Amino acid sequence: MLRLIFRRLLESIPTLLILIAVTFFMMRMAPGGPFDSEKRLAPEVEANLRAAYHLDEPLVQQFGRYLLNLARGDFGPSFQYRDRTVTELIASGFPVSLQLGGFAMLIAVFGGVALGSLAALRQNKPTDYTTMAVAMTGISVPNFVLAPLLVLVFAVYLGWLPAGGLGEASFLEGGWKNLVLPVLTLALTQVAYIARLTRGSMIEVLRSNYIRTARAQGLSTLTILLRHALKPAIIPVVSYLGPATAGLITGSVVIETIFGLPGLGRYFVTGALNRDYTLVLGIVVFYGALIILFNFLVDLAYGWLDPRSRE
Amino acid sequence: MTDVVGAASAATATIPDAPRSLWSDAWSTLRQNRAAMTAAIVLGTLVLFVLLGPALSDYRFDKPNWDEIAVPPMTGGHLFGTDSLGRDLYTRTLMGGRMSLLVGIVSTLVSLIIGIAYGATAGFLGGRVDRVMMRIVDILYALPFMFLVILLMVLFGRNIVLIFVAIGAINWLDMARIVRGQTLGLKQREFIEAARVSGVKSGRIILRHIVPNLLGVVVIYVTLTIPQVILVESFLSFLGLGVQEPMTSWGVMVSDGALDMENAPWMLIFPAVFLAITLFCFNYLGDGLRDALDPRDRSGR
Repeated sequence: MLRLIFRRLLESIPTLLILIAVTFFMMRMAPGGPFDSEKRLAPEVEANLRAAYHLDEPLVQQFGRYLLNLARGDFGPSFQYRDRTVTELIASGFPVSLQLGGFAMLIAVFGGVALGSLAALRQNKPTDYTTMAVAMTGISVPNFVLAPLLVLVFAVYLGWLPAGGLGEASFLEGGWKNLVLPVLTLALTQVAYIARLTRGSMIEVLRSNYIRTARAQGLSTLTILLRHALKPAIIPVVSYLGPATAGLITGSVVIETIFGLPGLGRYFVTGALNRDYTLVLGIVVFYGALIILFNFLVDLAYGWLDPRSRE
Repeated sequence: MTDVVGAASAATATIPDAPRSLWSDAWSTLRQNRAAMTAAIVLGTLVLFVLLGPALSDYRFDKPNWDEIAVPPMTGGHLFGTDSLGRDLYTRTLMGGRMSLLVGIVSTLVSLIIGIAYGATAGFLGGRVDRVMMRIVDILYALPFMFLVILLMVLFGRNIVLIFVAIGAINWLDMARIVRGQTLGLKQREFIEAARVSGVKSGRIILRHIVPNLLGVVVIYVTLTIPQVILVESFLSFLGLGVQEPMTSWGVMVSDGALDMENAPWMLIFPAVFLAITLFCFNYLGDGLRDALDPRDRSGR
């Protein structure tokens, strides 16, 4: 077990390095720089700034410096927010994104598995068709279409929920209201995918002999489903969790922009627009590492769910 | 003796008149799938409209009219109304569709070509080459690609070729994996062995014998990738990174429409509905094709 963890850690290093290198050199090759603003800086000032941020060194040297600092856990200073480090920015943005993504993931998994199982139990009946049509709609309606429509209905017409922002109230005292629409829009696509996956595998599991035996013993449908069918049926769902995480992170870029939430996705977009080299790199590295970590956890879970996959 | 003759003639009677190929089999399965057939018909109609509509329309998609700003649908000869610059929304929706479908198809082709070449090579050569090539795919899989695409668009400006290539380049990984898996199976078959024994070179075997046999999977994959790609394009356009004015796409129109949705909801609703219907149809058609062409895998993704 320890050896497995160690091997995976080693394997993730080249992935991260490639990611850092691609992002680093792509940003630097792009036209424009972090000090292009409305008013031109005096050449001396700009030269001083460039020197202070080590932008005057050869690219390879800068890359080496970045890696060394990163190895010490230092993401460097932000160009856009002059008095803050990237580490601070990530620390302030990540909790927002984590709340958003975490709730969306919970809804996606529980909602998706429940809907998919329901559809499988009622295979080729109206419930099944309706559920799957709804799931297909969830896949086909992009979240940036759904988000404005939900805002229009629930915030503008009905006035039940705020249209955007995080609000002042703490989470329990009404702050959760600000998260309802963003979380729902973010979760919907993934609910749909997971429901389709669960339905497919659940139908196969329900056909198998041991389920028929369980039925013959007179167990209730609910018991059969929860005790016997669920574990094998969610194997494909578990292996989909990696892509789902990536999907949620990507989706959060749009959702945070639409709803004006100060999370990492929004930092990323504004950072890229303003050529905030370190902030963009920091977020890409952070999310890259997170996705790798998550994929690893998924693999572990996979081994537990499906003993055949253990070596 | 007569018995044998009788049995033989009975057997010939049950043999269908023509040998049924994979494709004719698939076609008959598909035809029974009402959802997929409806989707195909709707898509066909849509493509026809998108191709011919703008030319037949009385309005140009890029011509502002300051006297008719944000006119509601069905007034003044504007079927879908006009947008915030007074441009005819019907014509624009069709032009936007042209762009969205074009991006969908071209980018899918890009990913297809890379994916097939890579997957077929890895699968066919096998051994260490295969291991290294697939390890690279694994590594690339772990990258947050959307972020790189966003970066690419932000940094190098919005040009349409870049959109094709960037989106195509993130989608080939799935294709490479699927094709490799199929190739591994095909490689063991007799006709490949026969080709090898008669001295055909590897490159030629891949091109002439492996790739044509992959077509079934490829067709399924293409119908399922096109909607994904359209979605990515509209996602980029929504962030303001996709297609540029005066050209438009459904993503651009949704993004513009969302700004004005309280006063002029039609600007959001028409492109959004068209976009959703298109994605819906492609997904249903893809599902239908998967059931028809690949009966083993009916379990969803």
